[in-house]
Amino acid sequence: MASNFARILSSKRNVGILSLVGAGSLSVGFFLTREQYVSAGAQVRRLYPASADYPDLRKHNNCMASHLTPALYAKLCDKATPNGFTLDQAIQTGVDNPGHPFIKTVGMVAGDEESYEVFADLFDPVIKERHNGYNARIMKHPTDLESSKIRGGQFDDNYVLSSRVRTGRSIRGLSLPPACTRAERRDVERVVISALAGLKGNLAGKYYSLTEMTEKEQQQLIDDHFLFDKPVSPLLTCAGMARDWPDARGIWHNNEKTFLVWVNEEDHTRVISMEKGGNMKRVFERFCRGLQEVEHLIQEKGWEFMWNEHLGYILTCPSNLGTGLRAGVHIKLPRLSKDPRFPKILDNLRLQKRGTGGVDTAAVGSTFDISNLDRLGQSEVQLVQTVIDGVNYLIECEKRLEKGQDIKIPAPISQFK
Amino acid sequence: MPFNCHNDYKMKFSLEEEYPDLSQHNNHMAKALTKEIYEKLRSKSTPSGFTLDDIIQTGVDNPGHPFIMTVGCVAGDEESYEVFKDLLDPVISDRHGGYKPTDKHNTDLNWENLKGGDDLDPNYVQSSRVRTGRSLKGYTLPPHNSRGERRAVEKLSIEAMTSLDGEFKGKYYPLKDMTEKEQDQLIADHFLFDKPVSPLLLASGMARDWPDARGIYHNDNKTFLVWVNEEDHLRVISMQKGGNMKEVFKRFCVGLQKIEDVFKKHNHGFMWNEHLGFILTCPSNLGTGLRGGVHVKLPKLSTHPKFEEILTRLRLQKRGTGGVDTASVGGVFDISNADRLGSSEVQQVQLVVDGVKLMIEMEKKLEKGESIDDMIPAQK
Repeated sequence: MASNFARILSSKRNVGILSLVGAGSLSVGFFLTREQYVSAGAQVRRLYPASADYPDLRKHNNCMASHLTPALYAKLCDKATPNGFTLDQAIQTGVDNPGHPFIKTVGMVAGDEESYEVFADLFDPVIKERHNGYNARIMKHPTDLESSKIRGGQFDDNYVLSSRVRTGRSIRGLSLPPACTRAERRDVERVVISALAGLKGNLAGKYYSLTEMTEKEQQQLIDDHFLFDKPVSPLLTCAGMARDWPDARGIWHNNEKTFLVWVNEEDHTRVISMEKGGNMKRVFERFCRGLQEVEHLIQEKGWEFMWNEHLGYILTCPSNLGTGLRAGVHIKLPRLSKDPRFPKILDNLRLQKRGTGGVDTAAVGSTFDISNLDRLGQSEVQLVQTVIDGVNYLIECEKRLEKGQDIKIPAPISQFK
Repeated sequence: MPFNCHNDYKMKFSLEEEYPDLSQHNNHMAKALTKEIYEKLRSKSTPSGFTLDDIIQTGVDNPGHPFIMTVGCVAGDEESYEVFKDLLDPVISDRHGGYKPTDKHNTDLNWENLKGGDDLDPNYVQSSRVRTGRSLKGYTLPPHNSRGERRAVEKLSIEAMTSLDGEFKGKYYPLKDMTEKEQDQLIADHFLFDKPVSPLLLASGMARDWPDARGIYHNDNKTFLVWVNEEDHLRVISMQKGGNMKEVFKRFCVGLQKIEDVFKKHNHGFMWNEHLGFILTCPSNLGTGLRGGVHVKLPKLSTHPKFEEILTRLRLQKRGTGGVDTASVGGVFDISNADRLGSSEVQQVQLVVDGVKLMIEMEKKLEKGESIDDMIPAQK
């Protein structure tokens, strides 16, 4: 983990990071308490023992609640990251939201890059549970954005209506949405839109700030299904990421409307490549190219993405660590979706289904959103290949059922390659 | 609120970078928070760690309300009102009719000082109610408190309430452990409060850890009710059907006195000072924190063009029968005192009693097709 600080120190960025992380603190590593950062006048509140503050998680069913024992709470409750982010802040969303009817939610968020280290004793088991046994202490996450490695990836348009790949990226040195100050959030916006302004060719585009958008622009973005609104899900609002809305939030998209970036929603950035039809290969090629160009552009100004070799790309929610990648299609599977083997087929192919409105929506007609289940432990190329191979299999199944032929449940594919 | 507690880290950013964008905003905080005041106060923190951004977060997140000018800021503890005077004094002045930093607030919970009030016409007045809030000294307030503190407030409150006897004898229902049956009964009685949904409240952090340490106490007669750890440490309500406001107010004053005695024994008496009266989370509830009102049928008067003016002159406000932010149903209105700070409890309830009495007379006149022009009151 020391390498991260080295990267920060070597950056050409003109922000007083050294003034924040005093020289003495480096030698004791990450486990700093807030006392050292509170000015002389204010005292730090810890009037109650940990047992008095331990949350009541008896009715809870999320990953945080499964792993936060009273002993672990006692161990971590008076720690803070160098920016002042605390355990209580990290777990607030999971305390406030006991459980989700359909999926086991994560129940905690990171406030900055250092959260994953300072609160590793809780994040690690949560990550392990959420990412199929991934051991963040030992395992290394492969990052691979070489889209030329993709085999196939042009789906039958009779079945696949659209293809999409999304991920998130965080700007190293700035706190994440649950914890960021208004200044940091505005810095994220500045850094990102300055980089996006440098994109050329079929990636050239325009930024629409949520605070300054005209009515006409807003309507167009709604019609294009690009506009994101203030989060209403309590999973997000309880984590504090909707503060100061809509300050420093916005949407950027290229003129062709195939490459889209959300600024300061649940993460610093969400990057989306999409198009109608089944050319997933082209979607992924544009995705990789766009990401690499943006990364290059921010590096020119002395910034970089949060990343490390164990957790891959660092995002707000532990569920999005690694690649943060969700590659998927909207696909018509009228027969297969009614087959009782459908869930098992998806499971073995490491795919998940959602409704066409995204997470927590139901399918309309028999059109589904099918995407990869996994995020961490496999590279972007591997995951997209998994989706391509899997969707091809689903289309084959649908075609066979059309002809009255039987289908087979495929053997489960291995998770960590 | 926990999300803004890393204040020292924040100080390395400039005023310009941190000052909130209030250009679309219309609330008391946005009107008062100039860049100069933000700069002066941003480095400060109360002893418990509540900061300026904590105070204003709800007002930044909620630019305005369609019907009322919201306050847009909250206190996190008793000291907030002192440490952040430069912001809160102008907000208080704006909200409470020009109340000055040097003014003194008069507290009078002597129910015997109320004149009349026991004979509001029950053909018009369906129910009478008085509520207020109280904060326990030595604990931080709902936007800021930790789970440990909130539980301590609950524990002490339970002790205070279970010590009550006579007409106040009753039972405490913690939200966490309520049975389905108890829940249904409390809903049927219109007693149950639920997790706040208003973004005004949520953005300030007072709904954290719901429903931990929240609960409801009511007496067996269902005329005295206490909410624990909702928007304030305590909300105390006295109510009954019909128009005997005097009885409601008497029960209110006596009940409050009884529970205060228990809290005082534990050195956690009510937060109060001679300038601001009773200290509550929202600056709009300072002073008496009292809302005394009736549900009253005024179908004709409410459609009279001078209705609003009459209310204003009587220092009253109307709400729908669902409470704040609801509309009236079937000509029945919730009429209550508009003031909280600068006049006493007795004075405020007196205004309600006298004002409602007058409005009922007006309604009767209008029923007979007579004019009420000569009854329009002077500004109180």
